[in-house]
Amino acid sequence: MRRLRSLLTDRLALGLLVLAALVLGMPALKPLFAAAFPALDRPLYEADGFLALTLDHLALAGGASLIAVLLGGAAGIAVTRPFGREFRGILDAVAAMGQTFPPVAVLAVSVPVLGFGPAPALIALTLYGLLPIVENTVAGLESVPEPVREAARGMGMGPGALLWRVELPLAAPVILAGVRTAAVVNLGTAAIASTVGAKTLGLPIIVGLNGSNPAYVIQGAVIVAALAVVLDAGFDRLAARLTRWRPNAV
Amino acid sequence: MTRLRPIHNRVALLLAAMTVAAALALPFLGFAPNRLLSGKAIALGAVPGAGWSGAALLPVALLLAVPFLRPGRAVNALYVGAGVLAAAGLVWLAGQHAALLAAVASPAARTSFGAGFWVMEAAALLAVLDGVRRLGLGPAGRVAVGVLAAALIGGQFAAGHLDQLSIMREYANQRDVFAGAVLRHAALVAAALPPTLLIGVPLGIAAQRSAAVGRLVFPVLNVVQTIPSIALFGLLLAPLSALAAAFPGLGIGGVGPVPAVIALTLYSLLPIARNTAAGLAGVPEPVREAARGIGMTPRQIFWRVEAPLALPVFLAGLRITLVQAVGLAAVAALIGAGGLGAIMFQGLFANALDLVLLGAVPVILLAVAADAALKLASALALSRLGRTAA
Repeated sequence: MRRLRSLLTDRLALGLLVLAALVLGMPALKPLFAAAFPALDRPLYEADGFLALTLDHLALAGGASLIAVLLGGAAGIAVTRPFGREFRGILDAVAAMGQTFPPVAVLAVSVPVLGFGPAPALIALTLYGLLPIVENTVAGLESVPEPVREAARGMGMGPGALLWRVELPLAAPVILAGVRTAAVVNLGTAAIASTVGAKTLGLPIIVGLNGSNPAYVIQGAVIVAALAVVLDAGFDRLAARLTRWRPNAV
Repeated sequence: MTRLRPIHNRVALLLAAMTVAAALALPFLGFAPNRLLSGKAIALGAVPGAGWSGAALLPVALLLAVPFLRPGRAVNALYVGAGVLAAAGLVWLAGQHAALLAAVASPAARTSFGAGFWVMEAAALLAVLDGVRRLGLGPAGRVAVGVLAAALIGGQFAAGHLDQLSIMREYANQRDVFAGAVLRHAALVAAALPPTLLIGVPLGIAAQRSAAVGRLVFPVLNVVQTIPSIALFGLLLAPLSALAAAFPGLGIGGVGPVPAVIALTLYSLLPIARNTAAGLAGVPEPVREAARGIGMTPRQIFWRVEAPLALPVFLAGLRITLVQAVGLAAVAALIGAGGLGAIMFQGLFANALDLVLLGAVPVILLAVAADAALKLASALALSRLGRTAA
């Protein structure tokens, strides 16, 4: 089990290392791309720095995910309290239905309503990210067994302490799974947001595809893929940490 | 003696607040001199003209009253009915005003839905959803309400009442392209299905029978699923163009429908394999033993016992796969695969917002339709199982 954990650690550390090397060292690979695509005049995307693109990409995807966690978590908590129970059904229905909408179509539809640029993209990504987070927050809180709640009440916990010290910690793994879904979708949709006027790592890919420059496409794609792998490994770590206290945790 | 009525339906109150705020603060329509310029806002207050136009807003007014009515079957039925009529009435009003504007404006002018329209339309549809739940309608009733709403709105499209709205003007311009794009989109999704099933189902069966295979297969498919579609298309570009250069006669390349179908298949493998394995794992061991006990061969056990019992879970996986593929096929337009995504991205690149909607809205409708169809199939499979068991 210890070996397994150190392996997980390695995957994250390794991924971060590869990601940093790709982001910072892409210009050094210029001769390699020049050799692989001799027909191209410009074998390296140089209109924007890859570090700046990566940071903007993370700001968009991460910012949207963070806002979605705060809003979605609050909404999920509210509809599982007595005062908000009335909104539970409609919120469930919206979350289930909204997730059948393809994220790329939601992003596109937001343009006529909100306009081009990073801010509308942030709003679209946030709205989409809300859905899995709300769904999993509600599911996680509902999965807390009633006897556990009663025991906590019996110990003299008020509603606030019950929520923070019993319900949320027990629901955390399920909530985290929802956050993970939102973050993974946002990471990918942020790349496509380059088509609606947000500068992200999708830009080299789109510019490369439109200008028949496969080198640009590959440069953008490997960094996005590395980001996705790091994100996945990071969430694996976080999930393992959250369930560490369980007796049968792996 | 009058007493202040308490609020009886806070969901309806929230929707009413949304509606009022959108009506006052957001433009109902936009009116632009041509398809590329952004338009000037037209508030809802400026829209209803003389005669019957204002009557279209009557159901909206009814919706605003619902939160204050004492709940009961009649009020909830009114809630649903007013929601359906409001959703259709708002569309009708937009079409009516667009026609009025078109009669006096230049032919290039465009009238499009504004943010206020979208918020009010969403509030009306949410009211229907909430009302249907409060009424406690069964599946048949829900389908009937859905069909009624779709017919009232779709009928206006079919009757040409909305022809002067910008999205329909764009459709008229692109009629031939549009039909081809819908077909291409469906073809991309359909083309990925046979390889997905041929590879994914055996993988799922193998993973369920041998834990070692599962440990090998699922982490790989999981990582593929995490990689954003646009990056996967990009990563496939290099090996596929190399392959195309090496074997020019094969008809493949880094761009076009072939890499799109390959990427779609890669994404589809996880939900199919995972749900195949989960469905089979859900078959109770005593059932298998009983089948063996009455002398069934392993092949008979699989086809006559395990497969039917695993079918509902498998169909859920197929639903995830299809809904996901409809969206991914839209992204595939970036690598020249065509389909509705091509219309959508063409609009985004050219700043032609009507074109964006003409591509994106049908993508959403296709995904919702695929979801509904497979949910129905799952329900049918489950009820058949129930009948056989009973």
